[in-house]
Amino acid sequence: MCIAIPGKVIETEENTAKVDFKGNAMKVNLGLVDAKAGDYVLVHAGCAIEVIRKDQAEELMEILSELESGI
Amino acid sequence: MRTLEEIRQALAGYNGRPLKIMEVCGTHTSAIIKGGIREMLSPKIRLVSGPGCPVCVTSPYYMDEACSYALKPDHVLVTFSDMMKVPGLKGNLYDARASGGRIEMVYSPLTILDRAAKNPDTTYVMAAVGFETTAPVYAILLDEAEKRGIGNIRLLTAIKTILPAMESILESEEIDGFICPGHVSAIIGARAYEPLAARFDKPFVIAGFDAENLLAAIYEIVRWAKAEAGEVKNLYTSIVSPDGNGKAKLLLDKYFMPCDCYWRGLGAIPASGLKLRPEYERFDVKWTDKEAAEAASQNTMGCRCGDVIKGRINPDQCPLFGGVCTPQNPFGACMVSQEGACGVWFSNMIRKKGGGYEN
Amino acid sequence: MRINMTHGSGGISTRDLIKDVFAKKLGNNILNRMEDAAVLQMDLKSSGRMAYTTDSFVVTPLFFKGGDIGRLAVCGTVNDLLSMGAIPKYLSAGFIIEEGLPVADLENIVSSMAEALKESGAMLVAADTKVIEGRGGLYINTSGIGTVHESVQPSAYNLEAGDAILLTGTLGDHHACILSHRMEIENNIASDVAPLVALCRALFDHGIRVKAIRDITRGGLATVLNELSEASGCAIHIHQESIPVREDVASLCGILGLDPLYMGNEGKMVICVSQNDVKKALELIQHAAYGKRSQIIGQCREGQGVFLNTTSGVSRVLHALYGEGLPRIC
Repeated sequence: MCIAIPGKVIETEENTAKVDFKGNAMKVNLGLVDAKAGDYVLVHAGCAIEVIRKDQAEELMEILSELESGI
Repeated sequence: MRTLEEIRQALAGYNGRPLKIMEVCGTHTSAIIKGGIREMLSPKIRLVSGPGCPVCVTSPYYMDEACSYALKPDHVLVTFSDMMKVPGLKGNLYDARASGGRIEMVYSPLTILDRAAKNPDTTYVMAAVGFETTAPVYAILLDEAEKRGIGNIRLLTAIKTILPAMESILESEEIDGFICPGHVSAIIGARAYEPLAARFDKPFVIAGFDAENLLAAIYEIVRWAKAEAGEVKNLYTSIVSPDGNGKAKLLLDKYFMPCDCYWRGLGAIPASGLKLRPEYERFDVKWTDKEAAEAASQNTMGCRCGDVIKGRINPDQCPLFGGVCTPQNPFGACMVSQEGACGVWFSNMIRKKGGGYEN
Repeated sequence: MRINMTHGSGGISTRDLIKDVFAKKLGNNILNRMEDAAVLQMDLKSSGRMAYTTDSFVVTPLFFKGGDIGRLAVCGTVNDLLSMGAIPKYLSAGFIIEEGLPVADLENIVSSMAEALKESGAMLVAADTKVIEGRGGLYINTSGIGTVHESVQPSAYNLEAGDAILLTGTLGDHHACILSHRMEIENNIASDVAPLVALCRALFDHGIRVKAIRDITRGGLATVLNELSEASGCAIHIHQESIPVREDVASLCGILGLDPLYMGNEGKMVICVSQNDVKKALELIQHAAYGKRSQIIGQCREGQGVFLNTTSGVSRVLHALYGEGLPRIC
């Protein structure tokens, strides 16, 4: 219900950042996170709502390695 | 260690007791459709869409209120475009605009700040809908307005919180497990689901939005549902932490407090919404949520959005589906949003020549 | 200097505007006669058929990466004529100008139209201007005629099971470009506005039996395919991995909750040919202007409806666009 996509922080200025989304740069508010240039953040409605801690591939590997059998 | 292929096969071949799994979040609904997830599952695993779609659960009285602000002199109604087609009792926001109403659609509420600063004689009223993901954005909006001394911004709030709705559904429906909303969970934290999991002995799994993550989540739910055990499992650790986003929670607490709320389709649920605290009254457009008193007497003329949201029926079992109620002319809110259950179901149907639908 | 109401009065200011801006950039032996109507010579000997179309252009902003409203106004009508197998020959243009529009902007837009006309091989033979109260907006209507190529009779009704569907390039560029301007998103996405005369001529002149051609504008590929499917009574199946989309356009769609399959283009076409012709047709359009990224994206089959075979291996129904295709929050 909440469209949010990951982007890379290019530069920060006080409470805002220029964030790149695969070739699209937007001004994003950083009031909800502690982020610096180079971090990846999840952005919803113009605000970064979380810093992304690991990449998708790594996360999926972890998920699969922890799933047990039995359904 | 499971491979994706093993998970797919296990889910396709599942032959245990029939299970009903609810995904709460509209973005999950969309991801499930795009990934063709339903088609990969055994017929004994049924996925139903829940109330996590702000469009679908917004009351028609709220829409009328929003329209009236659009039409008010020296006011502009600011909204996400999702809300434009939601039917009020007197029409929708497109109708209001055609009647001379001033409406501005935004991707981010923060865009209002510069506009409000440039036009101090105009009051900008934000149709503040959404869940815990969007609520902190409204808090940031007010924070920035305070900092910049901008006094002509208001919120017309219909913000909802998801846990009370999930609880309400669990109290009345047989749901075997939840795919928890990924982005809401980033704010509220994985631990937030523990009380419900313990009380109802159901699995709550937080999932990301790729097909692989969703399949893994469904697999986990099926495994725990088989054991009929309560469990909270976070499969979206890249952004969801046990306690969520501390800054967001503090800001929410600063500006908002819980309130009773009416959910279209579910009825009135105590403490299931957020409203502005009295000390921030100057940002508030108060309105009366009339549903609680009037809903029972309202003639819904056959609309069964409520039963759809609770997972009781599939959209095509509503008598209005596809005939009176279509995406072009939505009667009920579930058809308005592309991520509402009925909107999504409609997108997946083929129209047979001469009327009627088949899956 | 800006356009004001005197420019629309019909008097000297109007004449000067026409002379200094329109005639200067768009003038030719027919338009320069400045009569009440253009008398035209049409060569109907070959097919005996003429195509005629009109369209109006109201885009804001007036200028965007890759083009402007002027280029759009010419290419839109040119491409519509091509969709009926007609080579564009003559266009008309009506300008409704809101007072306040800088004359320099109008000059640039008219220059743009002149270039697009030249590229299309077509001539502007009739024009009109009106000035209204406002704040510097501009609306352009164009209409166009062309002779239908003798070997071509494209129509949705021609499609039958087995026919191949070709797409001439990346989806959603124009719509993404306009949204980026409006929402102040910085990127390199340019509108794909272009006249596809050379691309279509490559097919017509080589005798390829083009069964149907459609310009992919508002509503996007999904809407066009639904129109073709309904008219022809065929099912259409397309393959997601074959559909070219720029990475930055895909990402913009992700941010705004949009789908490239429903976004508008202004220089892309769907072209349907029989299986026998598809290899040759693809080669021809890939070597033509604006067709480098052409792909075979699917085929017609027995049945009804439009289906997308997704990268996850599942087939789902693709409906026409309902709604405005605006950025969403949820």
